[in-house]
Amino acid sequence: MYDYLLHIAVLCGIYVVLSISLNLAVGFTGLFNIGHAAFYGIGAYTSALLTLAGVPWWIALIASAIMAGLFGFMVGVPCLRLRGDYLAIATLGFGEIIRAVMKNWTGLTRGPLGLPGIPKPSLFGVQFASIDMYLLLVVVVAIITVVIVNRLVKSPFGRVLKSIREDEIAAKSLGKNVVKYKLQALTLSAMFAGVAGSLYAHYITFIDPSTFTLMETVLMLCMVVLGGAGSIIGSVVGAIILVILPEPLRFISLPSSAAAALRQMIYSVSLILMMIFRPQGIFGETSTTKKFDLRKLLGMKKPKIKLRTKKNA
Amino acid sequence: MVEKRLLDIRNLDSWYWPIQILHGVNMHLNEGEIVSIIGPNGAGKSTVLKNIFGLISKRKGHIFYKGKNIIKDKASDIVKKGITFVPQGRSVFPSMTVRENLELGAYIKKGDIEAEMKEIFRKFPRLKERQSQKAGLLSGGEQQMVAIGRALMLRPKLMLLDEPSLGLSPQIKKMIFEKVVDINKNEGISFMIVEQNAKISLSLSDRAYVLELGRNKLDGPGKQLLKDPKIQSIYLGGGV
Repeated sequence: MYDYLLHIAVLCGIYVVLSISLNLAVGFTGLFNIGHAAFYGIGAYTSALLTLAGVPWWIALIASAIMAGLFGFMVGVPCLRLRGDYLAIATLGFGEIIRAVMKNWTGLTRGPLGLPGIPKPSLFGVQFASIDMYLLLVVVVAIITVVIVNRLVKSPFGRVLKSIREDEIAAKSLGKNVVKYKLQALTLSAMFAGVAGSLYAHYITFIDPSTFTLMETVLMLCMVVLGGAGSIIGSVVGAIILVILPEPLRFISLPSSAAAALRQMIYSVSLILMMIFRPQGIFGETSTTKKFDLRKLLGMKKPKIKLRTKKNA
Repeated sequence: MVEKRLLDIRNLDSWYWPIQILHGVNMHLNEGEIVSIIGPNGAGKSTVLKNIFGLISKRKGHIFYKGKNIIKDKASDIVKKGITFVPQGRSVFPSMTVRENLELGAYIKKGDIEAEMKEIFRKFPRLKERQSQKAGLLSGGEQQMVAIGRALMLRPKLMLLDEPSLGLSPQIKKMIFEKVVDINKNEGISFMIVEQNAKISLSLSDRAYVLELGRNKLDGPGKQLLKDPKIQSIYLGGGV
């Protein structure tokens, strides 16, 4: 039971990194990326293949960030000239291409058989083989991610990203090379996803293409939306909630087919509830959307305020 | 006074592929002038401004600014040369405060920007009161002030305004235009303004161009065009 809780905590940590990295693109810059799982997968495969070939873990970790970032850059060059929905479609296509490559390039990835026996990481003689040590590692990486992204979005650079999200033409009119900034944001976002992929690969010690599907991206998007687009604390909370939320299902003896479907239903119901009651997310910025009024929901009347009109003056 | 050409547009063709929007447009602007461009919907007024500012890639012709052809320049370079652009429809960044919006206007400037900030607040005292409020919560007129203030932060030589009066009440419209004239007189910043409201813009412009279907139709001093019976019947709704 203890190990089970630690396992959940490790997954939380990995998803925190993923949702924050996706939030950097979607929430802060307004790049609707639905191919994020591809960067995650690229990171996982890069790290796994390198360590299986005998490269030290920390080099593989850095390589997976660079590799994912490189792909982010390469996708960005043609795609970032697209806007909104079109960017979403292009990144969706990219995600599927990467998954197809993982599945079919059997010489490198062993295809659907996956890569087993990925070694547990070690650094300066410290082994991260036990689950509590691994949790420590994941938490440290998650905290570093939070700190870096937090610094980034509060810097002048982050403000330019926000300005692009809010009004691209206005951002251009102030002399900003919008495409360049978008490219940097997407590359950074992909790099963090690559790190998360490496963490995942060395934790589970087995990866196959079925992990990095569109559903995975949708799950990350749910975390971002639930927590609030453009909010770091929101991404952290959103990731933790959505990792934990379906877990109680394990203790109800349901046939596995029903359990999987129920899991998806929990995600969708939580999203629908958010849309109705708090469209900006738990920690979303409230400036442009109406504030959610609890009283209205409960059917209570607002306290009457006497207005000074001619009638009652 | 010798008139000095700040901007000279020659034979400008422009496309929103595959449709050609501008057909050989010629225009110029002398230093210190307010020039407005009027014309019916779809005449290509905004397209001219976007062309000057380098926001359109498919085009042909010459745009000289201070004697240099800038047709190949990107928007980010053109800003550095002293042209700023206020896009259509109060394009402020709604979730940022007024102050942050103004700071972003001076993003490419190095060093202290407090002097500029003070200057903007002197011109628009309302913005000083609201400086820590989110721009999305301001009224339409105040948002337009933010957009203009933001474009002023770089102390440009030429400002391009795309329909600054769009969706504002007559009173606020008047106030915005008065500010424009004021800035033009006191700081010598030139303006090129695209306007639907022909009456108000013609009355304050030194010169104006009338575009129709992407071609030069008429041009001349603003006040003269205002009296032109042809203009009156087409754009000012008959007997104004």
